Amino acid sequence: MKPAPFKYFAPQSVQEVLELLTEHGYDAKILAGGQSLVPMMNFRLVQPAVMVDINNIPELSYIDSYDQGIRLGAMVRHSQAEKDPLIKEHLPLIHETMPQIATVQIRNRGTVGGSLAHADPSAELVVVTTALEAQFKIQNQKGERLVPASEFFIGLLMTSMEPEDLLVEIQIPALPANSGWSLKEVARRPHDFALMGVVAILTLDKKQCCTEARLVYLSAGDGPISAPQAANLLVGEKITADLITAAAEKAATDEIDPGSDIHATAEFRRHLANVLTRRALEEAHQRARGGE
Amino acid sequence: MDNTFELSVTVNGTSYQEVVDPRTLLSDFLRDGLGLTGTHVGCEHGVCGACTVLLNGAPVRSCLIFAPQVHNQEIITVEGLGTVDDLHPLQEAFREAHALQCGFCTPGFLTTLLPWLEENPHPTEDEIREAISGNLCRCTGYQHIIDAVKLAAEKMN
Repeated sequence: MKPAPFKYFAPQSVQEVLELLTEHGYDAKILAGGQSLVPMMNFRLVQPAVMVDINNIPELSYIDSYDQGIRLGAMVRHSQAEKDPLIKEHLPLIHETMPQIATVQIRNRGTVGGSLAHADPSAELVVVTTALEAQFKIQNQKGERLVPASEFFIGLLMTSMEPEDLLVEIQIPALPANSGWSLKEVARRPHDFALMGVVAILTLDKKQCCTEARLVYLSAGDGPISAPQAANLLVGEKITADLITAAAEKAATDEIDPGSDIHATAEFRRHLANVLTRRALEEAHQRARGGE
Repeated sequence: MDNTFELSVTVNGTSYQEVVDPRTLLSDFLRDGLGLTGTHVGCEHGVCGACTVLLNGAPVRSCLIFAPQVHNQEIITVEGLGTVDDLHPLQEAFREAHALQCGFCTPGFLTTLLPWLEENPHPTEDEIREAISGNLCRCTGYQHIIDAVKLAAEKMN
């Protein structure tokens, strides 16, 4: 099908975007990479009256470092992040995640900010930024604010942003030393939407005891789903195979909330979560010990 | 209709100035607006890869871009690769290795592979499979396409 008619604006600055968003409110939709939005428009699932195209604002495409890690402008395209040396060095989890997102044609166009603002619970970046405790810089005409990932994603395709808000920057802290990480997912075809996936992050002290553990799941509920109880089983302990098995079991049984659909049952997704958590924790542990 | 956009775009080296409805997909603009029907529209939601064109040298899905978004930019479609009498080595390889049957998906494969082969002149089979993972073919089973890419890599070096 073809998209419904809309009024098209191609502002040249963030200020102009904010003015348009304030003026048009709920009628306006921001067009970033368009790789999720345009399919929904082609199906007429979404029919915005006003499209605000932010592809002509070069000031939103930077990648640079700040005291805690790396900052990305919201219009950084996936392929740009994939090849960026700063990200490769300081955010290896992001570097390894990028090639798994969709296909090359999508990554050439899709943007980091667009994927996050779309808030699809099966999107890798949604889960990875949650696991890395990223902060989202949001602007509107009244000012700007920083929102942690845990308060940014509030439901299925929903964020805490208001219609007049624009996501302008994503701040992603680097992991402390002696940290290991892993992203594991299962999809029916490479690069397709994952049926289940998990990000595991472990930090160890000098005695190899776990000081921090994070587990966040994709396609496991209405948003990125954390499993703090499972992660807490690991904290303060030396990581063993038995502990990993227990944590995986805990997360898969008690903490995630996957649904059933045409692609997989909830039961199968829980099974995948259990297996993937085990593999992810093993890999994260190995990396944290410097065994990569 | 007053909701129009005056589009300037370079396609296969030729400049065009056209007035478009902003909701026009790039794929439809190329086919209906410019008559360049080599770009095929398969799924129209970004899954099949048949509509792939090069936007400033990078493969993108033309069904997921609105025509005004390519204002003042450069597009290469399959028509920009070669002609019937003077095929691009990549197209020759597809013909010689029997990499197409119905041919519907072929333009998307070619436009995806052109910049990729320039960056990856000596690809392995696994790398080739990864490179074409965003393009669906319902005839060949892909094996002949992979053969063609290997052959093209030889021809292009």
